[in-house]
Amino acid sequence: MTEEKWVKAYGDALDDGAVQVSFTLPLEAGPQAKAAAARLAKSMGLDPAEVVHMAAQGKGFSFFVVYGRSSHQVDLNSLVVAEPELEEMDFYEINDYIRDKIGRKLNVVAACTGTDAHTVGIDAIMNMKGYRGEYGLERYPWLNAYNLGSQVDNTILVAQALRLRADAILVSQVVTQREVHIPNLTRLVELLEAEGLRSSVVLVAGGPRISHQLAVELGYDAGFGVGTTPRQVASFIAKEVAARRASPRV
Amino acid sequence: MKLQLDQGLVRECREAAGKIAGEVQFLLEQKSTVAVERAVLRLLGINGAAADVPLANLVVESIALRGELGLGAAYWLGNACKQLGLSPEGVAAAAAAGDLDLLALPRLEPRALRPYLAELAAPGLEEIRANRRRRQHLQEQYKMGPPPLLYVIVATGDIVQDIPQAQAAAQQGADIIAVIRTTGQSLLDYVPDGITREGFGGTYATQANFRLMRRALDETSEELGRYIMLVNYCSGLCMPEIAALGALERLDMMLNDALYGILFRDINMQRTLIDQNFSRVINAYGGIIINTGEDNYLTTADAVAEAHTVTASQFINERLALAAGLSPWQMGLGHAFEIDPELEDGLIMEIAQAQLARQLFPAAPLKYMPPTKHMTGDIFKGYLQNGLFNLASVLTGQGIHLLGMLTEAIHTPFLHDRFLALENARYIMNSARHLGDELEIVPGGRLEKRGREVLEKTGALLSEVAEIGLFTALEKGLFAQVKRPRDGGKGLEGVFTKGNQYCNPFMETMQAELEGGFFEND
Repeated sequence: MTEEKWVKAYGDALDDGAVQVSFTLPLEAGPQAKAAAARLAKSMGLDPAEVVHMAAQGKGFSFFVVYGRSSHQVDLNSLVVAEPELEEMDFYEINDYIRDKIGRKLNVVAACTGTDAHTVGIDAIMNMKGYRGEYGLERYPWLNAYNLGSQVDNTILVAQALRLRADAILVSQVVTQREVHIPNLTRLVELLEAEGLRSSVVLVAGGPRISHQLAVELGYDAGFGVGTTPRQVASFIAKEVAARRASPRV
Repeated sequence: MKLQLDQGLVRECREAAGKIAGEVQFLLEQKSTVAVERAVLRLLGINGAAADVPLANLVVESIALRGELGLGAAYWLGNACKQLGLSPEGVAAAAAAGDLDLLALPRLEPRALRPYLAELAAPGLEEIRANRRRRQHLQEQYKMGPPPLLYVIVATGDIVQDIPQAQAAAQQGADIIAVIRTTGQSLLDYVPDGITREGFGGTYATQANFRLMRRALDETSEELGRYIMLVNYCSGLCMPEIAALGALERLDMMLNDALYGILFRDINMQRTLIDQNFSRVINAYGGIIINTGEDNYLTTADAVAEAHTVTASQFINERLALAAGLSPWQMGLGHAFEIDPELEDGLIMEIAQAQLARQLFPAAPLKYMPPTKHMTGDIFKGYLQNGLFNLASVLTGQGIHLLGMLTEAIHTPFLHDRFLALENARYIMNSARHLGDELEIVPGGRLEKRGREVLEKTGALLSEVAEIGLFTALEKGLFAQVKRPRDGGKGLEGVFTKGNQYCNPFMETMQAELEGGFFEND
């Protein structure tokens, strides 16, 4: 049995449990609303909890900032952390890696699918100019990067992936209101499976509410969240394609 | 605070933009689209639906299928009304029900029918003029705050939920409320009917939804003693129809930019420029302020390297807007605060860009958009980024200020995200209200150099576009680094060439009255 290793939130002393939360209540600002906020904070495990700020936000709504000490703690050794297995390489290393290990350019097809019209995510990864000073996939000499843009239907994405002989498919989902991204992401996996393509492409999902764990649960090879850089995605694709060539899946 | 600019170069930019817009205008005046014709029907009062398909679509499609749209939908409606003694709505309902074949009736001489079509158009025109007068009256009664006017978005997907959110935002200090559309509506070739309660990332734009929100915001205006403006999205495949519905339901502002649709929604350029022209004529007539979408260029292209594409597009949009009869006070030309926050002196460049736009378009209520591309999920830093954006805006006297949300890139805004954004803006704008009056820009300094550099690049780009034409420029990817083919994209099948006897009584009367200075005293 592994030793337990507990951790609590940190304010200015070990194990003080200090956290800050802010929220709205659908109540007129006033003593009753403030009491409700304090009680709610306590129910969240903050004890003591102090409502340090209350503000009226128009009729019938109030805003709160609460500081408190959270009694909750976490045993680090009980955590199972899902992260894409990533040995990150830089721009030059990735290109050299593809040249040496695979020996041909990889085709990467990317799209923002369904009704989602937000291309910020896919553009950050794909665009020539890149993101945070890092070149996007379009700049990689050993990648043929195709950005299909936004509102791409899953069937069209699959058809384009076939036509372009995609080694990897990147899907971005920014609009996640009422979990609309889940069925949409699932549908793509089903389509790829129906076409017999699933095992021959590296399938990657990305977006502000996409975690690696969620992506894997939905049948993707990896998921990337906020702050992901093009090179992390490119590293993953290159390694994954190389690994599959070494031991092809049945 | 003023940049010293080469006024000769500014004139050259306007001339080049005038040439570009003139060529586009010439091409599009020969053509119309199914969306333009549907807008005509909407203005004739045909607003219902049969089995969820709008009557305007049913009627226009039935005429188009038989290749008879060259006369314009108004002709066919008028022809039937005159002979059957029915209202346009009655004719459309009968045609939709299959009880009437519009094309089987005897065809009255088109020219002789014109005065009658003008009569049919009169009530719709009067309704729009009445809304314009009503808005003026309300704005005199309930004064708006000083610019920059604070603009926020609601987007629950459910109009019933949107209303309390919009009212709360107004109570929190917002001047302008936009009900963002459901994702994907721009690609629908019809305007849905009735009140809607389901949407993703936004709420369907429908006439019934417009009406509900207008009524709610009128109540709030009265309660606050401050007129609250309502915005929607006159873009995508239904541009002119949305303009018609907005004018009929007294919206105050419309996002209205063909270039945006071409570049970011892959809508065919001919289709949307034709649609834009009629929609802008309607907006001009209705006293509605348009917002253009240049800010979006900087979400795909680099905000430092490509800043001049924004300015060039503003010049082109200004000329296209003038050609459609819009007055400068109706031109919310767009730009954005999108420079990488890690860049040294980035704020100087932002202020230079905002001040440049201010000076180039002194009478336009510029539409200034907040940081989005470099928002990270670190809400604390994001709040500060928005603070600098608010400062740049008040310093340079922007007109329409879309508030940045600290949770940009995380979720559609929560009620308190808007509240915090309004607090941020009100604090900074109040505290720095007249700061711009007290500062001078160092001649030859960083700020002025940046402004001049952007203007010079703008001049070079505009002369290039003037030489090759706007369509070719779009094919070459000169804007936002997005390439679009002339005959590609969505909606081209809905474009047709006008026949010799084509008639759009609304377009004709609106243009005549706008040109005749009917609204000059506004």
